Amino acid sequence: MNEEQAINGRLQMQKEEDYEAAELAPPAARPSAPTHESMGEEATGKASRDRKLYSGSAARRRSRNIRSRLAYSLCALSTVIATVPLLLILFYVIYQGAGALNLSFLTDLPKPVGESGGGMGNAIVGSLILIGIAAVIGVPFGVLAGTQLAEYRSPRLSWVVRLLSDILSGVPSIIVGIFVYTLLVLTFKQFSAIAGGVALGILMLPTVARTTEEMMRMVPDSLREASLALGIPRWRTITSVVIKTAAGGIMTGVMLATARIAGETAPLLFTALNSRTWPTGLDKPIASLPVQIYTYAISPFDAWHKQAWAGSLVLVLIVLFLSIGSKLYFGRRMKRAT
Amino acid sequence: MAGYITTNNLGASFGGVQAIENITVEIPANKVTAIIGPSGCGKSTFLRCLNRMHELVPGTKISGEVIWDGRNIYASEMDATEVRRGIGMVFQKPNPFPLMSIEDNVSAGLRLAAGRMSKARIAEIIEHSLKLAALWDEVKNKLGRPGGSLSGGQQQRLCIARALAVQPDVILMDEPCSALDPASTQKIEDTIDKLKKDYTIVIVTHNMQQAARVSDFTGFMLAREMSDPGRMIEYGPTNKIFTMPDRKETENYITGRFG
Repeated sequence: MNEEQAINGRLQMQKEEDYEAAELAPPAARPSAPTHESMGEEATGKASRDRKLYSGSAARRRSRNIRSRLAYSLCALSTVIATVPLLLILFYVIYQGAGALNLSFLTDLPKPVGESGGGMGNAIVGSLILIGIAAVIGVPFGVLAGTQLAEYRSPRLSWVVRLLSDILSGVPSIIVGIFVYTLLVLTFKQFSAIAGGVALGILMLPTVARTTEEMMRMVPDSLREASLALGIPRWRTITSVVIKTAAGGIMTGVMLATARIAGETAPLLFTALNSRTWPTGLDKPIASLPVQIYTYAISPFDAWHKQAWAGSLVLVLIVLFLSIGSKLYFGRRMKRAT
Repeated sequence: MAGYITTNNLGASFGGVQAIENITVEIPANKVTAIIGPSGCGKSTFLRCLNRMHELVPGTKISGEVIWDGRNIYASEMDATEVRRGIGMVFQKPNPFPLMSIEDNVSAGLRLAAGRMSKARIAEIIEHSLKLAALWDEVKNKLGRPGGSLSGGQQQRLCIARALAVQPDVILMDEPCSALDPASTQKIEDTIDKLKKDYTIVIVTHNMQQAARVSDFTGFMLAREMSDPGRMIEYGPTNKIFTMPDRKETENYITGRFG
């Protein structure tokens, strides 16, 4: 930007640097050339005020520019630092796991030590069953709790529910495992898929409840009013208008919660235990990918280590698939809704 | 003049602050009644009291009566959803359901509030409502497209069609044209003119020309001070209000001396 333009009150910021130089200037406050005769005097007055506010001396502009670039570089650097470990983990898991990954790994039962081959087919199926049970418990209760928080705004109850869900999301997963162990395993004297699923379901609850609440709050009140003004009852408004509009976001939350519990190991050690056979019933111990990975990884056998890496790769792929897939699919839906 | 909707000493407050007070008017059937007045005078609050939308905001209180077709809508045996089904509303900002198709938007009230209805009957009502709202010709080939894909003016006519589909007696309009361009405004005013044959319409508007153009009766509301509750200063036939109002305040407002 050159001085002349500024003096004319026609200060127009065309280049990117100029936007940065303007720092906090809101777009609406950006002066524009007076076009209507009627606003001539007023606009000139405004422009000269704006000039003082947004241009300053050349030295100050330069220093602002430098600071702005410095801040930008810091942000970019932090992003790189945050992303690098993720990529390293991914590449390392692929590097180590891809070798042992083949079709029989996905479909076969584990072989005893010493025998070659075998796979984690039962653990993959077991994990899917456990995730299924967890979803059956975590999703309805989570969505209902989120609905209560978002739609029935009774301040005291909401405060308590929100506090509890925040505490629950901070509880270490192993504690949840011990809780379910005491509640179900000791009571029925049996490790079981159900117990494992309940533990994972409890872990899902706060995430599902809070994302449901946030997504439902994003639904504008004007839609609720539109529905109520048609004589649609409150509950119907919530189920057919609000939840439907927020469904994309809620599903994203559910998928992210699922991705999170898919890798949980600690709560399963006390509940679902492990198994070397195909699942036989929901009341029996069941294998799961994370526990199988854990068992193989701490074993002294090289072949098992390789299998643990392959299992890790499968787990990472499941999680990636869930989170990226849900973001792509439901993210687009959500954009359309709001 | 028999009031189809009659308010008796209607008052409303938000969290202890009185928004409107002592409003007693008789709104005639099959006429257009306009409510005008400066910002903050309680026009919208008054309108929202007429179909029990005001009570949706927490901390609100309503006093007095609203008699609709001989019954007090605030009587304990009256069901708010039933009142709202009979007294529909169109809002300032067009608010179609964004994920529903155009036809689902129109039939939303039928599908979600009324009892079961045959598909053919619903399709018939959709077409009829869209025609009444002067939108049919523009959307008849894309009824499956989302409601959010229409232009602002079309969206507002879609909202009118949606309100008409539940077959109310009364339609309340809260500044329905304030977000629209003149061409769309013209279409909506034409629609209002057509509708009054079968419906009673109450319209809140900031635009005095609009009130003069579309309404048969006009009520002028005013809050004397910022913190004072809004009152109905004068109410009567539109041509009288606009040509020889009884009250000085009305005349000042209409001639543009304030507001």
